[in-house]
Amino acid sequence: MTRIATADGTAPSVPSQGRRSRAHGPAGAGRPSSVRARRRIGVTGRRVARSEWTKIISLRSTVWTLLAAFVMTVGLAVVFAVTLAGRWDDMSPADRADHDLTSLTLLGVNLAQLAIGVLGVLVVSGEYSTGMIRATLSAVPRRLPVLWAKSAVFGLLAFALMLVTALVAFLVGQAILSTKGIDLSLADPGAFRGVVGAAFYVTAIGLLGLGLGALLRSTPGAIAGLFGLVLVIPMVVSFLPDSLDGLERYLPSMAGNAVMRALPDPDVLSPGGGFLTLLLYVAVTLAAAAVGLRRRDA
Amino acid sequence: MIEARGLTKRYGEKVAVEDLSFTARPGVVTGFLGPNGAGKSTTMRMILGLDRPTRGEVRVNGLRYQDMTDPLCQVGALLEARAVHTGRSARNHLLALAQTHGISARRVDEVIGLAGLTDVAGRRVGGFSLGMGQRLGIASALLGDPATIILDEPVNGLDPEGIRWIRNLLSQLATEGRTVFLSSHLMSEMALVATHLVVVGRGRLIAQTSVADFIAAASPNTVRVRSPQAIPLREALAGHGVTITATGEDTLEITGRTNEEIGEAARACGIALYELTRHQVSLEDAFMDLTRDAVEYHATNAPAPAGASAGRRSAAHAGVAA
Repeated sequence: MTRIATADGTAPSVPSQGRRSRAHGPAGAGRPSSVRARRRIGVTGRRVARSEWTKIISLRSTVWTLLAAFVMTVGLAVVFAVTLAGRWDDMSPADRADHDLTSLTLLGVNLAQLAIGVLGVLVVSGEYSTGMIRATLSAVPRRLPVLWAKSAVFGLLAFALMLVTALVAFLVGQAILSTKGIDLSLADPGAFRGVVGAAFYVTAIGLLGLGLGALLRSTPGAIAGLFGLVLVIPMVVSFLPDSLDGLERYLPSMAGNAVMRALPDPDVLSPGGGFLTLLLYVAVTLAAAAVGLRRRDA
Repeated sequence: MIEARGLTKRYGEKVAVEDLSFTARPGVVTGFLGPNGAGKSTTMRMILGLDRPTRGEVRVNGLRYQDMTDPLCQVGALLEARAVHTGRSARNHLLALAQTHGISARRVDEVIGLAGLTDVAGRRVGGFSLGMGQRLGIASALLGDPATIILDEPVNGLDPEGIRWIRNLLSQLATEGRTVFLSSHLMSEMALVATHLVVVGRGRLIAQTSVADFIAAASPNTVRVRSPQAIPLREALAGHGVTITATGEDTLEITGRTNEEIGEAARACGIALYELTRHQVSLEDAFMDLTRDAVEYHATNAPAPAGASAGRRSAAHAGVAA
């Protein structure tokens, strides 16, 4: 048993834990006590994911951000539904047919995406700004498992929360529309897909943020990049000559529009096309982040 | 055991570490000394696989860091800059690190106790003092009970009690057979804990030796003798290669004779000795002496003219203390 004096001067026994088969001097004499040999100590993908889970839920900013995403999405569903219900009686039939009542109640995700996007950025850039990344990469020197674990843990958390959020927003919004008897149920064509699509879109934006955070290693830089992609570039593209109009549908926000709506729209991609487009954005960004993480000094 | 072979790191044109080879052995505390900008931190980052060497390699326990499957159990590290997310509690920070290896939560609480952080473990790290931050860094270094421990400036920000604690801890860890490798700019502190030294300057190895040899090599080898019969003693000791200077009525400074020779000569002549002291320079003096030319930030870049050695020395001081 090794003995090391603690700060208060006492000398509690310090069990030398988990020495396994390594033999290096008298320290090995300490018997494993805290960690039994039955569990092999070492880095595995699952353990890194567990660690990333602990990291993400132990920050207050995560809780606040997720809460904000929920409140914004549901709140806007209420606002849009009440507004539409109020105008419905004065609307022409053509005008009425123009409204996708599924995506209407899901439009709040356009605000939620900003919160989730920032959270995604912070999952990585927060480690760079605080220096935590050095501890993280010292524990996982192969590095890539950290990126995959962060993506998986954050992606699942964001998707789970946004799925619940989108469901609540849809149900609350439709309940308001039911006052006019125009409400949809999840069983209506495209409705459930729209709800899942909304959650998927926000998750994709979050992962895009995570990838940008890993690439740029700076919180302001990555947030600027993400907001530029989601908010600014669509405005720029809308001013381009008509011949380039076809490009617009491939922007992340338009692809998101595609996966959220129940009614087809000639100006946007099909839901499947939108899904694949978003997936491609995420894959390319994360792949670039992976290359950077492997190659660059931490 | 840390073995660096031809370790080289360049950032663009700037050479941080150049062809550095050294070994830090188990069972001893090895001090890593060098003026600011000598490449100490860069070397430590390369040991931990955070920076990739331009050339050469460094192995810990025979393994490259990137190839370790349980790095926290091989190498515990405290880097100079804090490596903790400020928004997380100390316990959650350690828990997250432990979980990457499947190290139990019980071990986490153990190292918290060991570092004296039990009372503040639930508090967010952002509110920690420098000293508490250092303790947390040491707790994380010990988490995997590693055979090799690397610490960059471990006593930074610690109060006297904390410094004493870490000094005892490091000696204890070395006694247990671990490799302890630490950098510090506090020479007096280094002299107290380290038994071996790796000295670098401008990214190159200047010396690799024991602290005792390092100091002896820099010492002028002068023995100071006080005796009421200084004049007959002086005659008795005179000889080829011996220089004797009277520095007082009863005091001699002798070079070229060992303490033993002087003592025996005095006894043979029946001369009483009141004092017989070998002049020892401090580690700091020895270090200054050796690294004077390797200090990166001289006050002036012009080559020092002859007779400017006093100016050079103070410039070297400034460079190290900065």
